[in-house]
Amino acid sequence: MNRRVVITGMGVVAPGGTGVKEFWSLISAGRTATRSISLFDASAFRSRIAAECDFVPEDHGFTPEEARRLDRAVQFALVATDEALRSSGPAGALDPSRTGVTLGSAVGCTIGLDREYAHVSRSGRDWTVDHTRAVPWLYDYFVPSSMAAEVARRAGARGPVSLVSTGCTSGLDSVGHAAEVIREGSADVMVAGATEAPISPITVACFDAIRATSSYNDDPESASRPFDRTRNGFVLGEGAAVFVLEELDHARRRGAHAYAEIAGFASRCNSFHMTGLRPDGREMAEAITQALRMAGAEPADVDYVNAHGSGTRQNDRHETAAFKLSLAAHAYETPVSSIKSMIGHSLGAIGALEIAASALAIENDLIPPTANLHHADPELDLDYTPLVARPQRVDTVLSVGSGFGGFQSAMVLTAPGKDMP
Amino acid sequence: MTATKAAVAADPAALPVADPATPVARAVVTGIGVAAPNGLGTRTWWQSVLGGESGIGPITLFDASGYPARLAGEVPGFDAAAHLPGRLLPQTDRMTRLALYAAAEAFSDAGIDPRTLPEHTAGVVTASSTGGFEFGQRELQALWSQGSEYVSVYQSFAWFYAVNTGQISIRHQLRGPGGVVVSDDTGGIDAVVQARRQLRRGTRLVLTGGVDSALCPWGWTARLAEGTLSTDDRPTAAYRPFAADACGYVAGEGGALLVLEDAVAARDRGATAYGAVSGCATAFDPDPADGDGLARAAEGALRDAGITADQVDAVFADAFGTPEADRAEAAVLRELFGPYGVLVTAPKTMTGRLSAGGAALDLAAALCAVREGVVPPTVHTVAAPAHTLDLVRDKPLRTPLRHVLVLARGRGGFNAAAVVSAVGPAPRSAR
Repeated sequence: MNRRVVITGMGVVAPGGTGVKEFWSLISAGRTATRSISLFDASAFRSRIAAECDFVPEDHGFTPEEARRLDRAVQFALVATDEALRSSGPAGALDPSRTGVTLGSAVGCTIGLDREYAHVSRSGRDWTVDHTRAVPWLYDYFVPSSMAAEVARRAGARGPVSLVSTGCTSGLDSVGHAAEVIREGSADVMVAGATEAPISPITVACFDAIRATSSYNDDPESASRPFDRTRNGFVLGEGAAVFVLEELDHARRRGAHAYAEIAGFASRCNSFHMTGLRPDGREMAEAITQALRMAGAEPADVDYVNAHGSGTRQNDRHETAAFKLSLAAHAYETPVSSIKSMIGHSLGAIGALEIAASALAIENDLIPPTANLHHADPELDLDYTPLVARPQRVDTVLSVGSGFGGFQSAMVLTAPGKDMP
Repeated sequence: MTATKAAVAADPAALPVADPATPVARAVVTGIGVAAPNGLGTRTWWQSVLGGESGIGPITLFDASGYPARLAGEVPGFDAAAHLPGRLLPQTDRMTRLALYAAAEAFSDAGIDPRTLPEHTAGVVTASSTGGFEFGQRELQALWSQGSEYVSVYQSFAWFYAVNTGQISIRHQLRGPGGVVVSDDTGGIDAVVQARRQLRRGTRLVLTGGVDSALCPWGWTARLAEGTLSTDDRPTAAYRPFAADACGYVAGEGGALLVLEDAVAARDRGATAYGAVSGCATAFDPDPADGDGLARAAEGALRDAGITADQVDAVFADAFGTPEADRAEAAVLRELFGPYGVLVTAPKTMTGRLSAGGAALDLAAALCAVREGVVPPTVHTVAAPAHTLDLVRDKPLRTPLRHVLVLARGRGGFNAAAVVSAVGPAPRSAR
């Protein structure tokens, strides 16, 4: 009983373009999609920049009623789900009761909640809010499992369905859990990924309050500077990535194309601080070590490290320490990069977008770069792949994430075997 | 992908994969922490449950007089400052405070301090439905009425769904795997599904379950919009699942956290278990009004536990409280067990529905039930004859219990089931 899991379908909604092709085109070229916030009037906020998706619901077939009812994050997830299912081949090939869904999101339907709260409270004037002003679907914003349910309905899934919400590791954890569900035999196919649309006043305000986000408001295109000496916080992003994960033999039998194998996954809690990181990177290192062990891989097998690389002063140091602790000498020889330099940090979604980048790096034998990395930081002494993508054979990728709450996750993706199309 | 790529596959034999054909009676519960409307603390709550004492009453946590539903199950007499260090108070919602209380009680009950375990061998997986929603309302009010600079420095984590797992992991130094699941009212079982998965992968102990609270005007408004809250003002009649005139549910707060341990490791440290979570399954209905998801979840849980329906001695029903939902659940029970074929109970009639905390509290009740050989009662309702249910009403029923089935449903199509089984012949003394 050794069930293995491969990615056979992929869909992406990201800043800079909708669709896997657009996404890869942006990040492999080292272009950035960060800009001044246009989704609401952010003039009164400390950080006024974000990586936004140019997303018009009607262009993706949503009726005006759906465009209003479905939170932006749900719309992203459904568009990514459609692309993932299309790219994995005929939906008729999937047995509904053996198909499940895990969707990741850190902050759920936050735009919907923010907007509707302002309405029922008359812009915060009333503590005892007026329930008669509420939209009938408010409960769906209140409990975000509704987001996973929408994806499950779209995919026709009748197996295990849930929302994973481990802060900024939600995307990695969602896909990691989905792979476990297949491995243990509870499903053969999982539609798994993550979505986030956090660019709303309340989210921007909460990161302003702790100065986690970048204040390079006059230089939005190059504000996200992971691993650069001048970095001063992350740039909020949005988007979704959804995958069709499939048990290997199931995929083989129907001749599906495999992008990559989910070979290893592990998560740990740092039990340190709700927003801070343990300087020695110990739990991230432990997660990496366990993910590699599960994949049967050695540190020296890792061809590329897809970093969390958020661009906060603390994160980039923490992560560098974790790589050295877990990969030892090989940490210095392995290219590392952060796509957050280009598409910002979309909280719960970013882990899934980074899995997409990792799978595409394997598919294309190309390592996407860290944009905006012009000034080396003497404290950060690894190879962070500055500015320009690097053509190189990529068979094994390590993708990692850190989240508020102390979550540390690591995934190992490998090139699928020779016997896969 | 080019065909020239070498496979970089793992040695399959090295993968820590469980054989799903093997019943996992390896996950035992050695400690329970409870914050429930009819009792703070496991012992107090369980005495209330056996005594048929309800915690449903008029809402006191906010002014509900202007809303059409005015009853809830509130956790009584919870003084957070008496249980938590002062520095945690400004950064936590009531939901997290209740969860931290339950977590500490669960470890104390289990007789284990996770700090004494090897590093990275203890984890925490919780379910949440709404995050710290009252905290969120307060900060939304600050933002919209005063401005962004008035939003709390704690807002970035006090509201979000992962807050209980994060705070519990920090307080108890749980540095193994962490997880958070949202699946509406099935969350309490979904969390245990994830926790058992971590045990199978080699984690020694996982604190799991769910504690929810969103008793504030903004949360209440979201519930009212959903349309199934009972608007009956009588605490002893408002939530009457399976009654011919069932009229919706009463919402509550709280839940339970369980110390789930590998059975061998628990035995080796001399711990006594309440019981085992021997089977779990979940299933989704794309059309919630017309699906077989609850039946599939129940059958999956029995299969996972390696038992058949005739080995089930009692069922803890989801008992949603609307005629349609009650009819659907009764039909599943009839199909599985036959008319009046199994003892059925719904102790949540004493607490209201606690979101993700509800199924976790039902698991706690099931564990206490199998340990003591007693089915707790359902109160304030009489099952309509058409449901053909053998509902244990008003008084607990003493009877040996080997396996009990716990059912849960969440809005939007979520279904979950768990089998709780007695372990060992030596009953634990009541505490």
